[in-house]
Order: sequence, then C-alpha cells, then structure tokens
Amino acid sequence: MLRLLDIEFHKLRYSRSAKILVFSYFILLSFIALIASIEFNIGSLEFRVADQGIFNFPFIWHFNAYIASFLKLFLAIVIVSMISNEYSNRTLKQNLIDGLSKKEFISSKFLTVLVLSVASTLFLFILSLILGLSFSDDTEVAVIFSDMEYIFAYFLNLTGFFAFCMFAGMLIKRSAFALGFIFIWWVLENIAYGILKWRLFRETEIADKIAGFFPLEAMSKLLVEPFSRLGAVQMAATQIGSAIEKDYSVHLTDILIVLGWTVIFVFLSYKLLKKRDL
Amino acid sequence: MLGAIFFKNKLSVLNSVTKAYLSSHITNISSILETILKISRLTKKFGSLTAVDQLSFSIQKGNVYGILGPNGSGKSTTLGMILNVVNKTSGDFSWFEGFESTHEALKKVGAIIEHPNFYPYMTAVQNLELVCKIKGVKKERIEEKLKIVNLLDRKDSKFRTFSLGMKQRLAIASALLNDPEILILDEPTNGLDPEGIHQIREIIRKIAAGGTTILLASHLLDEVEKVCTHVVIIGKGKKLYSGPVDGINASHGFFELKAKNTDLLIQILEGHPHIAKVSEKDGLVTAILADPMEPETINEYIFEKGLSLSYLVKRRESLEEQFLELTKQTHSA
Repeated sequence: MLRLLDIEFHKLRYSRSAKILVFSYFILLSFIALIASIEFNIGSLEFRVADQGIFNFPFIWHFNAYIASFLKLFLAIVIVSMISNEYSNRTLKQNLIDGLSKKEFISSKFLTVLVLSVASTLFLFILSLILGLSFSDDTEVAVIFSDMEYIFAYFLNLTGFFAFCMFAGMLIKRSAFALGFIFIWWVLENIAYGILKWRLFRETEIADKIAGFFPLEAMSKLLVEPFSRLGAVQMAATQIGSAIEKDYSVHLTDILIVLGWTVIFVFLSYKLLKKRDL
Repeated sequence: MLGAIFFKNKLSVLNSVTKAYLSSHITNISSILETILKISRLTKKFGSLTAVDQLSFSIQKGNVYGILGPNGSGKSTTLGMILNVVNKTSGDFSWFEGFESTHEALKKVGAIIEHPNFYPYMTAVQNLELVCKIKGVKKERIEEKLKIVNLLDRKDSKFRTFSLGMKQRLAIASALLNDPEILILDEPTNGLDPEGIHQIREIIRKIAAGGTTILLASHLLDEVEKVCTHVVIIGKGKKLYSGPVDGINASHGFFELKAKNTDLLIQILEGHPHIAKVSEKDGLVTAILADPMEPETINEYIFEKGLSLSYLVKRRESLEEQFLELTKQTHSA
C-alpha cells in the first residue's frame, strides 16, 4: 500500500500544475478564517460576522464543513487530470508494461483520493478548532467535541465526490471533457429531479426520496446548509411569523448511499480499465 | 543437466559469427533450455476483424527473436496481449513457465512499445526513478543505464525537451533498469533518422552480445536479418514461418541466364530434371532449382545441347523476396 502511494506521490510531486492547485486549495481553505474579520458598518450599527455565533462550538463544525466543501472543486481538477493525463501521455500503458497490475493502478489512485480527503479533513478540523477556541462563547471540552459527525460527513462528501471524479476521468480520458461530464451529470440530476417533482409525483415526497439516491444529490444532502440555523436568521424568521423547521443532522441513509456510490465508482473504474485495450 | 547449464553459459557469450552456425544445434536442445515465454493459439478479435489468429510460438532463453510482418499484421497486438495491455479473445500465454502472474512476471521483462511513453514534466532521472519504484528495483542502476544509451549528460533535462531518438534511448534505458530476462522491442527504429537508427541498433547489438534474450518486432527485414537468430513471420495475424533465420533461406536458389536464342534456352531448361520452374523477363531467364545444382553443371549441360550462354549467375533469394513471397500467399489465400 505504501509502495502504491509512493508511486502516485512521485507522479504528483513533479507536476507543477498539481502542486499549484493543491497549495492554492489549502490556502483558500484557510481563508475561512478571514470570515471572522468581516465587519459591516451600517450607520451607527456595527456588525461583525464573528459575533453572530458562526464560530461557536459545536455549530462551527457544521458551518466550516459546509463552506469548505465548495472548495473541493480545486482538488477535483487535480484528481481528474491525474487520471486523464495517464491516458493522454500513454503512461498508463507503460505503467502496466512495467509491471503494475490494473488493480494496483486503480488502488494507487483511490488511495491518493483517500489521502487527499483525509488531509483536507484534518486541515479543516485543526482550522475550526483554532477558530472556535478564539471566538466561541463556550469552550467546554464536551461542547467542543460534540457534533463531530459533520467532520465525518465532510470527509465522506469529499471521498465520494473524488471517487466520482476518478470514474469520470477513467471514462472520458480527457480532463476538460471529464470535468464537463461532471457538470452535465449535475445538470441532468437536477432536470431528473425537476421532472420527478413537477410532472410525475406532484405534491408528494416521492421525488425527494428518489433524488436522494442520485450520487451528487446524496453527497450534498450530507451537509445541509447551516445559515438558517444562525440565531439572527432564526430570529428574523420568527419575526415575520414563519419558524424554520429543518433537519440539519447527518443521516445514516445518506452516509450509506454515498458509501455505496463510492464503492460503485471505484469498482466501475476498475472494470472499465480491465475491459479496455490500451 | 550439466550439459544444459554449460550450453546456457555458452549461449550467453555467443557472438554474431558463431550464432548462425550454432542456431541449428540450439533448436535441437531447445526443449531443455529455459522457456521464457510460451504462446499457444493466442487470438485477438476486434469486432469482426481477427487481428491475431491462433498464434503459437515459444521463446527460449539466450536467443534473439524477431517478429516480422507488414504493418497491421498483428505484431503489436500480440505484444500488447503478452504485456497485459490488450485483452486476449482466446488462447493462452505463460511467462517463465507460468510460475507467476503476468504483472509479476513483467517486472522481470523490459519492454518498449511503439512510442516512448514517459511523464513529460519529469526529468530523465525522475522518470526512471518512477520505473524503479514500479518494478521494485534499486535506483543505483539509473546512471549506469543512462550511460549505456548515452544520455548521462541530459539526465536532468525534462522529458518533453527530448528529441525522438533521445526518447527512444531513454525508453531502452528504462527497459534495462531491472536487468531483464528478456527485452521486448516493438519497432524501435520507427521514425528515427539514419543516425538514430544506427545508434539504436548498436545498443541492441551490445545488449544481445551480453546474453540478454531479445524479442524484436519489426517490419524491416534487414533489421531482423542483422540482429536476430530466430524469426517468426506473421501476416494477417497468422503464423507463416517460425524457426532459425537461416532456415528461411533453405531453398536451393535459382539461376539467372542469358543466351542469344532465348526460346531454345527456355526449352532446354524446361527439359532439365532438377529445374522446377522457368520464367523469362526482358531476355533474362530465371530458373528455380528443385534440387541443389552447381552453375558448372548447368553450363556444361546447355553447351552439350548446342547453346552458348552469354550470362550465368546463381543466386539465393534474399530474405526480403521470401518474405514478400510468404506474405503474398496469404493475401491470395
């Protein structure tokens, strides 16, 4: 396993574009901290984002995980191109000739996906911990380490999405088209949902249930938007007389669906490679 | 058994002069030599097209093999299958008598297929380090191998800055990293300029002299003729011939003759029992022999029949002519 990671790391280490993308990803990730310094001055009213409770434990886990999950697109580019470049440089063929098995090739790519997801999750965990300790009203240990499932959901969100990217790269073989494929897939999921919701199963929950099985939809359901949980927003809502009732928790079904898709994507990538003549 | 070991060592120091002489003896004892690769009834179909058709041959340690065939005859597909990058349709192959899986066996093989494939953003050394990691060999050999292919002074240049000849040489260095049991080369001189071709052939010759088993696929006859001891000729995916390179020249050759009275000459020749076929073109008569015969004999025979020759030459078919003859047969078949 270490040998496979070593091989893949060797490939990425010398690629300037991969290095730039990974570095800028982690730099952008740490920019979440900058939200703390956002201040508005509306007349005499001074408004500081950090004071609105977004950095309160345990809410910060949810909030940061949600914001950070958008930045995964940077790493998605790295993952798609680390697959498709093997095709366009024909190095995949050479790797196999040199004695790497197809299984080892897929394993080395998926291990890299796991390492990137773990690294990103760890980074987010430490960043949130520091931010929380600086700004949170409540710093009891029991409170700090509650709601940790959002960090796990973040990890799964990344892993599932990257597995999808890996599969897209294997299927399409060209980075730009593979990224296009991911975008088109997202559009198709939304169209399919629209048709289900507004044509086939009007005014029922069936459409949402079915859409919950779509890979990208299931991944995004892992992390529900956290903004309406904020005290200020809740207050505003009650004032206009519509209390927000929403389930923000991480559901086991969603976890299982994303895990399922991850396995399917890795397995399909392997099957695809196995079947292909290079 | 001692004899076999002795012979193996002997084989490894063969030079090109004794190679040809020994090759007939080698085939006799080949069954006790180590088999590196055995292919049996290997077949590949792309849709309705059969690219490789029931191909069988085996490769013994210490020989230099050539796979000869025109473009599109299935050479690369065959190599692709044994190298784990093309899926076979049916048939079988086994590396090193089948004791290990294909990808494990490939770690003991050095192979270059058509284009040199490396990571363009890495330097020569970085690329070779990666190959070392895949094959599980020590990095210490990199400099030594780069020296063999004359790339030591460019070792820290990025691969994308290399010329085709340099890329091909780097590919050879990469294939040699694990001191392979067998070196497989697919059209190694394709697209190179004369100097590049010369350099590559010199390198191949050196490696062959060191006793490494080589499998060389080519559509160039003189390349195969110059380097190989054994040849497998394929056309349209079928095996047409396999055996020692000299074996292909086993025919008795032919005479080229000229006389003032061409019609009489043809008539006399057709009457001779040892002549299989007579043809004529622009006054030059070609007589193909059915049995061995010296030019003196035919000269005397014709003179006795009352005709003087103005021109007589005995020739053997070149490998090229025989190769064309062989591949033509499959076209008409």
